[in-house]
Amino acid sequence: MYRVGMADARAVTGSDSLRTVGLGSCVGVALYDARAAVAGLAHIMLPDSRGDAGATPAKYADSGIALLLQLMQAQGAKRNQIVAKLAGGAQMFTVAGRKDYARIGPRNVEAVEAVLVSARIPVVSRAVGGHKGRTIELYAQDGSLTVRCADVQAITI
Amino acid sequence: MDNIRFVNERTADLLREIGNIGTAHAASALSEMLRQPVSIQVPRVDLVPFDDMAELIGDPEQVVVGVYLTLSGDFTGSLFFVQTPQAAKSLIAEVLPDALATTRLSDMEISALAEMGNIMAANYLSSLMTFTGLQLSADVPMVAVDMAQAVLSVGLIRSLGVSHYALVVHTRIHHLSAIEDAHVFLLPDPGAERVLQNALGVALDS
Repeated sequence: MYRVGMADARAVTGSDSLRTVGLGSCVGVALYDARAAVAGLAHIMLPDSRGDAGATPAKYADSGIALLLQLMQAQGAKRNQIVAKLAGGAQMFTVAGRKDYARIGPRNVEAVEAVLVSARIPVVSRAVGGHKGRTIELYAQDGSLTVRCADVQAITI
Repeated sequence: MDNIRFVNERTADLLREIGNIGTAHAASALSEMLRQPVSIQVPRVDLVPFDDMAELIGDPEQVVVGVYLTLSGDFTGSLFFVQTPQAAKSLIAEVLPDALATTRLSDMEISALAEMGNIMAANYLSSLMTFTGLQLSADVPMVAVDMAQAVLSVGLIRSLGVSHYALVVHTRIHHLSAIEDAHVFLLPDPGAERVLQNALGVALDS
């Protein structure tokens, strides 16, 4: 098992898995090529790099997904065989009548979905939105993604 | 790396003193609110890299009660007051006796915790302003009960990774029935780190 930190991306094969802990408004983008058995996970924090991703491309939806695809292709994945599963994008704090910054979660999800559409990568399952943090683990063996919220039994999507 | 220079012994001493005075004032306000004698110690003040913030509490997946306030004024940033649910419940049990009965937090309890966070933040900021001459105010407190990493990441996103350190005030709250640990996290937004550093430099030289 490899830990994927905030603004981090990684790809693995075989019996390895990728885990990211405590996704709040961040989005975990889990990509999988079943034929090549290559899995990749990125921990996206913000919607858009605006062309300046700096030293941490995995922080942003656009540059992060591009980086993850590169990492997976380097391990033998084929672009047209890759599917996506998404988790995260929650709104952790809410105050009545104020939605501004706290809406970053849903905006992250929208941005990730838009990047995946333009990359022609289908999203096959989602555990996004709501108000709960999530810990996820992606298994390269079968592409399954476990999603666990605090104090709740994990689900597999 | 400006933010490394920020971490020096004299600055740390000053920040500890700001923490001590801020929490001393917070303790008397909390004593009134919680209807019991409360005293607060500040055993440590640290500057920690953002990535290590959640680990500092223990397990990043550990469920915490986080009160979150955004700061505005001479600099912008985020302030968190973080406790375990057990510690939070034990503190408010005197005013809300049913608090210990269940593991979940009711709306009343969340509102009491928001007020506690407000008191901690207001007094800490007031102490910071006295020492530095900066003008700061905190917005409405918001509460989340969730994994430490998920709660604190909200502040990390605001700072966009431009500033790399958070100021952590470790507090130990003594009240009638127990001693509870809590943490205050101050995360400057991009650009704010320098404002804070300059202000502290002024305070150190005077």
